[in-house]
Amino acid sequence: MLFLLETVVSGLLAGVMYSLVALGFVLIFKASGIFNFAQGVFALFAGLALYDFIADDGWFYHMFGFVLPVWAGIIATMGVMIIVAWLVEFLVLRHLVNQEPIILFMSTIGLAYFLEGLGDTLFGSDVKPLDIGLPHGAVDFLLDDYNFYVEKLEIVAAVVAAVLVVVLAVFFQKTRIGRALRAVADDHQAALSVGISLRTIWVIVWSVSGFVALVAGIMWGSKSGIQFSLSLIALKALPVLILGGFTSVPGAIIGGLIIGVGEKVAEVYAGPFVGSAIENWFAYMLALAFLLFRPQGLFGEKIIERV
Amino acid sequence: MAYERKIGDTILSVDQISLAFGGVKALSNISFSVNQHEVFAIIGPNGAGKSSMLNCINGFYHPQEGTITFKGNTRRHVRPSEAAREGIARTFQNIALFKGMTTLDNIMTGRNTKMHKNIFWQALRFGPAEKEEMEHREVVERVIDFLEIEAIRKTPVGTLPYGLQKRVELGRALAAEPDLLLLDEPMAGMNLEEKQDMCRFILDVNDEFGTTIVLIEHDMGVVMDISDRVVVLDYGKKLADGTPDEVRSNQAVIDAYLGVAHDDAEE
Repeated sequence: MLFLLETVVSGLLAGVMYSLVALGFVLIFKASGIFNFAQGVFALFAGLALYDFIADDGWFYHMFGFVLPVWAGIIATMGVMIIVAWLVEFLVLRHLVNQEPIILFMSTIGLAYFLEGLGDTLFGSDVKPLDIGLPHGAVDFLLDDYNFYVEKLEIVAAVVAAVLVVVLAVFFQKTRIGRALRAVADDHQAALSVGISLRTIWVIVWSVSGFVALVAGIMWGSKSGIQFSLSLIALKALPVLILGGFTSVPGAIIGGLIIGVGEKVAEVYAGPFVGSAIENWFAYMLALAFLLFRPQGLFGEKIIERV
Repeated sequence: MAYERKIGDTILSVDQISLAFGGVKALSNISFSVNQHEVFAIIGPNGAGKSSMLNCINGFYHPQEGTITFKGNTRRHVRPSEAAREGIARTFQNIALFKGMTTLDNIMTGRNTKMHKNIFWQALRFGPAEKEEMEHREVVERVIDFLEIEAIRKTPVGTLPYGLQKRVELGRALAAEPDLLLLDEPMAGMNLEEKQDMCRFILDVNDEFGTTIVLIEHDMGVVMDISDRVVVLDYGKKLADGTPDEVRSNQAVIDAYLGVAHDDAEE
């Protein structure tokens, strides 16, 4: 029983990590109807940039001879992500207004490879241990008193994700910019007619998702170091989105949790019968089932079409 | 009309506008002007360039020639967001609402140009931004009362019947408290009762808020009833303009509508 509980908890906390990546996807999809394939690379890029600002073997150190304190590094990285967002709008999106979604999607694939290459060139491709002073190791009293293993870092990640979701949900539902974001996602023309500027909105939404990517980058980086496989983890966000619905912030979180738990439980209990490695494909099978029975996901806006 | 309204000076004037898409001339050399507080109709057969004209006025299309003067500001190209900020609001022929959002939120977007608190306050939804949100909410509630759509305040508009969607769309435009309201076929696809309601709202808007209205409509009965002046377009050219009575008796207009005496009919 305790073992099951431990499995579920560790699944939940791993799921939070998926959720963080999925969240970035949802934001951009909600506001611009674009599936941003580059979201995972965003997280990687943010992690690399942050590492570079604060570690003493980075490019920044070689250039200026000092490193930034962690808080300044985070702010500087956020600045970098805003510049990236602005460049994406200026160099890519602006020229693709009113194009088919598939074309925009293709452009984000290009963007993903470009950023990956740029990150490699600028920062090198070795695994970088990101340490910004987040707590590590087991939560002591649970381990000592109940023999129950919970990773501190994952608790932090869960708290951060929770705060992020609340802030984003309020932002989207209750503010002018949030409404404008949803408006742009719904109907470009109508949004223009009430005086919403598409360009501003796009820069804002890509910046916000850059911020989410930064948070995801920090969490993943602290857990397993910043490495290029981070951009592959982004693929796990796909089933998370299919579960939660592409347009729902809470959906991204709950989808991530379900997949995290499902994976772990399946691995532990069903693994021995099918020769293990369930973790690699479980999420996709679950997504497939969802596509058959509930294509809009758990929380997605129901697709209403009048004919 | 029973009541006495004061028609003011020119608020919008369109001067020699020409617009082409590739080789297709959508508008050629169109000029007319609209006075303050007026209800002004653009009529004409399908493909006459009516919607194109509206799209030029609010900046969706950029004409190749001519100028548009709104509130003394003359130029050829205007950006839609600029037009909105200067007081032009509009509705669309095929309803363009934010389908996933509620009636209330849809109408709130109409307040977009009037809200200025910066994004950081908004992200926190705190302090000044919170207060601002409340003030705008009040205006929106008045619009909702005015259009008698209290009951559907929290309903996602995608689920509403057509007539009500049209009304919500009008509400969104009204929430901007525009000086110039562009209505693209506000009564298309409505039944008689809905049409009467819409007519009443349009006249009330004009009467109570003094909003200048430019509308496109196919229902001649409606147009002749509610408009102060009418301009007639056909194949992108202006056939006539004037009061409904003048236009009704204009030979060119009669020909265009009855389809006779078109010596240069090419089809």
